[in-house]
Amino acid sequence: MNDVAVSDDAKDDTQAGQSWPLQIYKTLKAHGVSQISYVPDAGHSRLIELSHADPAIQTTVLTTEEEGVALSAGAWLGGDRSVLLMQSSGVGNCVNMFSLAASCRLPFLTLVTMRGEWAEFNPWQIPMGKATPQAFEIMGITVFRLERPEDAEEVISAACSLAFESDQQIAVLISQRMLGRKKWTETK
Amino acid sequence: MVQNFTLGRREAVRSLLADRKDLLVVTGLGSASYDVFDAGEHPGNFYLWGAMGGAGMVGLGLALAQPKRPVAVITGDGEQLMGIGSLLTIATKTPGNLTIVILDNGHFGETGMQVSHSGLGAQLDVIATGAGFRSVTEISDIKGVNDYRPTLQRIDAGPRLTRIRIATGHVDRALPPRDGVFLKNRFRENLGFAVT
Repeated sequence: MNDVAVSDDAKDDTQAGQSWPLQIYKTLKAHGVSQISYVPDAGHSRLIELSHADPAIQTTVLTTEEEGVALSAGAWLGGDRSVLLMQSSGVGNCVNMFSLAASCRLPFLTLVTMRGEWAEFNPWQIPMGKATPQAFEIMGITVFRLERPEDAEEVISAACSLAFESDQQIAVLISQRMLGRKKWTETK
Repeated sequence: MVQNFTLGRREAVRSLLADRKDLLVVTGLGSASYDVFDAGEHPGNFYLWGAMGGAGMVGLGLALAQPKRPVAVITGDGEQLMGIGSLLTIATKTPGNLTIVILDNGHFGETGMQVSHSGLGAQLDVIATGAGFRSVTEISDIKGVNDYRPTLQRIDAGPRLTRIRIATGHVDRALPPRDGVFLKNRFRENLGFAVT
């Protein structure tokens, strides 16, 4: 990967030892991504902070995930590369809007933090978590898995190339096992 | 609750798009796409034939990518209602070059003229103001449309939303191209991006 300009905020991360969101950020930058939209998720929080801190990226918070599918389409029409960040619970909201990417053969890349698949505390997360890969696949979207932090750069780079150079629709599912357990009790 | 408005939708859109210059246009599915096509085919038009509720967000992505070009989303009340939350999203980004034009007949025209939430009293202009749009206008006659036309050329002080109250009368369909790949490539080529 070529060196890319990253914000000062990003530079602190290397020392902190939580490098996979930074690796994703740097890989997206290296592939020319200039718009990021999201519905918040704890697993994406570092990447969202890095995106907001970067004046070269237009960062857009959404009210629902399918807005990001349409935003990515408009960005590409205008010459920008855009990525949608969401949690697995939002994938079902997007299903009809995926028609836009398929009908126009638009590059589309989404990074999805998984819930309901590993050490899940909240049973309400499980149905959509289990259905997430199929929800993408029934709409013709290719599903990649990111299971290990050390694979972040390679997987995201491959996904960017397929999306933005081969006009494919790609979802990268970031495993709940990699994200770690959500803490349900506050430590005082 | 349904009121009678007399402004013809085709007349309104033809007036809006007269002398359009650098204006880029995204249309919401259904009658808005037909109206814009009927006003004159243009490579700077991107017609949606699906993606209901997404026209405004396509316009936002485009407006952020092309801040020097004015962008108009021309859609119907039904289409915008399905993506009503997107008005909040658009307002947060304050895209100076984006205008949302809602052709509001208070009905779902494509599906049998069922009365929409707008026809039942919802005030899309008030909702846009509450969402944080910088400029909100309501128009119900052709003079208002003619006076508004230069506003579509602005690339600052947006986003703007204008609710144009149009008549419900039947208008024959005018069908734009519906091959999405063609529309995409034509639109990008017009902006100077090579088709690879």
